[in-house]
Amino acid sequence: MNMISEARQKSLLYLENVSVSFDGFKALNSLSFVVEPGELRAIIGPNGAGKTTMMDIITGKTRPDAGTVLFEDTIDLTRQDEADIAQLGIGRKFQKPTVFESHTVWDNLELALNRSRGVFATLFYTLSAEDKARIEEILETIRLTHRRQEYAANLSHGQKQWLEIGMLLAQEPKLLLVDEPVAGMTDAETAETAVLLKEIAKTRSVVVVEHDMGFIRELGVKVTCLAEGSVLAEGSIDFVSNDPKVIENYLGR
Amino acid sequence: MISGFVFRALEGRIVAAVGILLAIGILVPALNLLTPADSALHIPTYVMSLFGKYLCYALLALALDLVWGYCGILSLGHGAFFALGGYAMGMYLMRQIGSRGVYGNPVLPDFMVFLNWKELPWFWHGFDWFVFAMLMVLVVPGLLAFVFGWFAFRSRVNGVYLSIITQAMTYALLLAFFRNDMGFGGNNGLTDFKDILGFSVQADGTRAVLFFMSALMLSLCLILASAIVRSKFGKVLVGVRDAESRVRFLGFRVENIKLFTFVVSAMMAGIAGALFVPQVGIINPGEFAPANSIEVVVWTAVGGRGTLIGPIIGAILVNGGKSFFTGAFPEIWLFALGGLFIAVTLFLPKGIVGTVQHGLKARQALKAAADAEKGRGDAAAVTQAQAAE
Amino acid sequence: MLIRLFSLIFLVLSFAAPSFAQNDPKPLIDALAKADFGEAEKLIGQLAATGDARVVPALNAFSEGDLYFRKSDNLVFIGKAAGSGYELIDPVTGVSVGQAAKNAVTKIKINNSLRRVIRSAMGGLTLMSPDRGVRLQAADAVLRSPSAENLELLETAIAKETDREVKARMEEARAVSLLSSDRSIDEKRAAIQTIKNYGGRNAIGILMGASAALDPSLKGDVDAAIASIESGQRLWDMAQNVWYGLSLGSVLLLAAIGLAITFGVMGIINMAHGEMVMLGAYSTFVVQQVIRENAPGLFDWSLAIALPVAFLVTGAVGLVIERGVIRFLYGRPLETLLATWGVSLILQQTIRSIFGPTNQEVGNPSWMSGSFPVGGMTITWNRLWIIAFSLSIFVALLVVMKKSSFGLNMRAVTQNRRMASSMGIRTPWVDAFTFALGSGIAGIAGVALSQIDNVSPNLGQSYIIDSFMVVVFGGVGNLWGTLVGALSLGVLNKFLEPSVGAVLGKILVLVLIILFIQKRPRGLFALKGRAVDA
Repeated sequence: MNMISEARQKSLLYLENVSVSFDGFKALNSLSFVVEPGELRAIIGPNGAGKTTMMDIITGKTRPDAGTVLFEDTIDLTRQDEADIAQLGIGRKFQKPTVFESHTVWDNLELALNRSRGVFATLFYTLSAEDKARIEEILETIRLTHRRQEYAANLSHGQKQWLEIGMLLAQEPKLLLVDEPVAGMTDAETAETAVLLKEIAKTRSVVVVEHDMGFIRELGVKVTCLAEGSVLAEGSIDFVSNDPKVIENYLGR
Repeated sequence: MISGFVFRALEGRIVAAVGILLAIGILVPALNLLTPADSALHIPTYVMSLFGKYLCYALLALALDLVWGYCGILSLGHGAFFALGGYAMGMYLMRQIGSRGVYGNPVLPDFMVFLNWKELPWFWHGFDWFVFAMLMVLVVPGLLAFVFGWFAFRSRVNGVYLSIITQAMTYALLLAFFRNDMGFGGNNGLTDFKDILGFSVQADGTRAVLFFMSALMLSLCLILASAIVRSKFGKVLVGVRDAESRVRFLGFRVENIKLFTFVVSAMMAGIAGALFVPQVGIINPGEFAPANSIEVVVWTAVGGRGTLIGPIIGAILVNGGKSFFTGAFPEIWLFALGGLFIAVTLFLPKGIVGTVQHGLKARQALKAAADAEKGRGDAAAVTQAQAAE
Repeated sequence: MLIRLFSLIFLVLSFAAPSFAQNDPKPLIDALAKADFGEAEKLIGQLAATGDARVVPALNAFSEGDLYFRKSDNLVFIGKAAGSGYELIDPVTGVSVGQAAKNAVTKIKINNSLRRVIRSAMGGLTLMSPDRGVRLQAADAVLRSPSAENLELLETAIAKETDREVKARMEEARAVSLLSSDRSIDEKRAAIQTIKNYGGRNAIGILMGASAALDPSLKGDVDAAIASIESGQRLWDMAQNVWYGLSLGSVLLLAAIGLAITFGVMGIINMAHGEMVMLGAYSTFVVQQVIRENAPGLFDWSLAIALPVAFLVTGAVGLVIERGVIRFLYGRPLETLLATWGVSLILQQTIRSIFGPTNQEVGNPSWMSGSFPVGGMTITWNRLWIIAFSLSIFVALLVVMKKSSFGLNMRAVTQNRRMASSMGIRTPWVDAFTFALGSGIAGIAGVALSQIDNVSPNLGQSYIIDSFMVVVFGGVGNLWGTLVGALSLGVLNKFLEPSVGAVLGKILVLVLIILFIQKRPRGLFALKGRAVDA
C-alpha cells in the first residue's frame, strides 16, 4: 500500500486495475501501468493485447468498466472527455497518420498550437509574431520548413507522420502517446523518427506503442509488454525479450 | 480584431461576387421602375420577383454549404429553417392585413375567424411589430437549430444518422404545420398579404426594394460566411469535416464548433425564408416537405460545395432550369432533376465551381512541380546527412 | 301492425304447411301492378307469408324502385336500364325476357313507409333462408333495429337453427328485442344477462336505450351489466389497440425489411427504397390487369402470381441501380443518398408517365376480404394475412442470411471485404445481388401494401422516412432489431393515437425517435466495440 502511494507521488500517468470489455470480450483485464514525468516508455504486445484500447482510455475515447486512471496524481481522466484531456496536456498520435489533408502544413500546425480553443477566440484569432516563430521552430524540428505551404495531402507517408508529431508538439503536451510511429516508414525515416522522439522526450513524457523491435532497441528505453489486456513483463528491452512468457506470447509467434 | 475578421473575408472572388450581386440588386429594380413598359430593357415585375426568389434560394443554398461543405454535416432539414423564417415573416404580414380580411376582424386573421377562434394565440402576439417579427426570423430557426444541434452533436450523432434525423425533424414539422389547431393556417398556410411596413406588397416599388434586400442580404451573408470560413475557426471547421477525431484530440470542443455553425446557418436560412415570403405571396406547410430540403442539397452540389460562390450559382442555375422545364416540358422536369442528382454525384462531385477551381489549381501545381521536385531532393539530402551522423 | 302480425302468423303457418310455400308467388307479384299503397302493403305481407326465398329479388327491386309492369299485359318485371329502354327480368325465375321501350312499361310507385314494410318482411324471410350467410345477416339486421314484433319470428327461427354461430346471434337479437316487448320481468332479466354475456360496444347502447322503458326493478341489473360490459370492453379495446399496433408494425416491418439489408447490412442509403415498394405494388396491378383480361378465374391467385413477378422486377431494377450508380459511390454514403434520391425521382416520373398520376385500382382476392370477430374485437383478414406475410418474409430472410452460402458470402463481404475477396468471393457480385435481394424484398412488400394502401406513384414516398426510422431505431445491421423496432413503433403509434390523434401521435413518435437516437446513436440493438467507432 505504502509503495503504491509512493509511486503515485511522482507519477505523471497512473493506471490501476483498469478493465474494459466489449460484448463479453475483455479488451483490458486489470491493467496497471505508471509513467513518470520526463520518461520515454515503449509498449509492445501482440495484436489484440489492448494497446490501442489503453490509449483510448487514457485519452477519454473509451470509458473503463472499472479501475483508476489518474493524470498528475490528482485528475481523474475517466471523468473527462477527449477535448478536456487534450487541454490538460495529453497528446495522441494515431496509428494511421491523421492530419488535415485539405490544409497546408502551416495551417495544420497553426490549428494545433496551444491557444484558446473557444468558438469566438478562433473566429477572431490573428497570427501573432510569437505564434509565427513557434510554428517556424516546429517546422524546423520536423524537417518540413521547405514544404510549409504544401497541402498535407501531398506529403509522403513519412512526412505525414512527422507533421502529426509536429502538431502534437505545437499542442505542448506533458504526455505524448504515439501509436506505431514508424509503421510504413523507410529505414532512413525510421532512424530519423527515433532521433526525433528522443529529442521530444527531453522536455516531456512519451509513450510509444510499436511492433518494430529494431526501432525499440534504437530508442533504448524501458519496455512494457502487454498481452490479453494486462502487463506481461516490464524492464529493459533485453530483460523483456528474454522473458519466457514474452517469448511464448509475442516474440515466439 | 473585428476588422481583421471582416477584412479576411474580402478575398478577390468574394469581392467580385458581392460586386456583381449588388450591381444586379440595383440594376434590376432600376430597369423595372425607370424604363417604360414597352422598352426592350424593361424587366417586368413578375420576372424581378422570380429572380428575387432565386436569390432567396441562393441564400438558403449558401447556408447549407456552410454546414455541409465546410463542416461535413449534411442537413436534410434546412428547408425547415427556411420555412420557419418564412412563417415568422408571414405572421407579420398577416397581422398587417388588419380588418381588410374577408371577415373583417381587426385582430384575428381570416383562418382563425373561420375556425371560430375567439382570441389571438399567445405565440401570435408581437408579430404586428416589424422589429419583433424580424428578430423572430432569426431567433426561431436559430433556437430550433440550437436545441436540435445541442442534443445531436453532444451525443455525436454523425454522418447519415444525422441526415436522417434532420429529415425526420422537417417531416415532423410538416405534419405539425398541416394541423389547423397549430394556429398557422393549416393546409393553406398564410397568404393574401396586403402591406409590409405600410407599403403594398403588390406594388412595383415594394417588389423592387424586396429584390434589392434579397441581393443585399445574400451579399452580407456571403461576406459573413467568407469571414467565418477564412478565420482560424473556419480552418477548424474543415478539420472537423476531414478528421473529426483529430480536432477533438487537439483539444477543440467539436460539439460547440458544429453547434455554432449550425445555428448561424439556420439563421441565414431563416432570413432567406423571410425574404422569400413577401415576394411569392404565400407560405404553406409544403415548404417543410423533405423533398424540398433535399433539392437544396442538389443546388449546392451542382454549384460546388465548400466554395461559397458555387451554391449561389447552383441555386440560380437549377431553379432557372426548373422554371424553364416546368413551363415548357413539365413531364421532363423530374427526369432532369433526377438525372442531375445522379450526374453530379457521379461525374461532378466537386460541382461546377469546385471543378473549375480544381482545374486552375492543377495548372498551378504543374508549375510548382519543379520546385517540389527540388525540395524533395533537399529533404532526402538532409535525411541522409543526419542518418550519417 | 296488424298486417305484420298477420304476415308472421302466415310465416309460422308456412312452416307447419310446407306445401303452402310451394305456391307460385308470381300472381301476388303481378297484383302489385295495379295496387295502391295500402293494397301493396297487404301484398308484401302475403309475399312474406309465403316464406319463399324466391320473392326476395322482387321485394328488393321494389324497394330500390326497379319494379315495372308492362302496360300491354300488366305483368310485373324487374327492369334494368339498357340502351334507351329496359331489360325486363322475370321477378321469380330471374330470367331475362327481353327488352322493352321506355314508354311500354310503368314504374311501380314506392314510398318510405312501404320500404320499411319491405325491410321488416325481408328480415323475416331471410331469417329462414337456407343460406347460412343470409340468416346471419338477417339476425344482425334485427340486432341493429330490434323490435318486439320480431320476437316470435326469432323464436321460431332459433328453434329451427342448427348452426351455432347463427343461433348465438339470433339469441342475442331475441334478447335485445325482448327488452321492448311486454314479456315478464324474469324473462327480461335473463335477456339482460344474455346481452351482457355477448358484450360489445352495441350492447351498452342497447341497454342504455332500453333502461328508460324498463321496469324500475330491473335498473340494478342493467347498471351491473353495463359496468361489467365496460370493464370487459376496456380489455378488448386494449387488445384491439395492440392488434392495430401489430398490424401497423407489420406494415412498417414490410417496408423496412428490404432497407435493413441495403442500409443495415451494406450501409447504402437507398432513398429509392420506397420506389421499389411502389414498383412492387404496380407489378401487382399489372398482374391483376392481365389476369382480369385473360383468366378471370385465377383472380384469387393474383397475389401469389404477383409475388415472384414483383420480386424479379424490383430485383432487376435494383441490380441495374447498383451496377449503374451505387457501385461507383461505395464509401461515400452521403453521395449515395443524393444519387439514389435522383433515381427515386426518375422512377416516380416513369411510373407517372406510364400509368398516370392517379390511384390504380388493385383488387383484394376473396380470401383477403372480410373480417371475423374475436371476442370484443374485429380482425380483418387482410391485416391478418399481412402480419403473417411480413413475419414469414422476415423468417425467410433470416434463413437466407444464416444458412445459405449466399448469406455466408454476404456476411463475409460486409465484415471484411479485403479478406473475403482474397478468399475468392467475387465481392462486386455479392454487392450487386445483396442490393438486388434488398430491392426484391421491397418489391414483395409492395405486393402486400397494394392491398391496404393507394397504389399511386407517390406510394413509396410515404414509407421511406418511416422505414429509415425503423432501421435506425432498431439498430443498423441487425434484422432482429428491425423486427422489434417495427413492431414496437407500430404499437406505440396506435397507443398514442386515441389520446392525441393520428397526426400528433406520429409527430410524437418522430420526436421520440430523434431523442432516442441522441441517447443511443446506434439504435436498440447496437453493435458495440472498438471497430464500430473507428
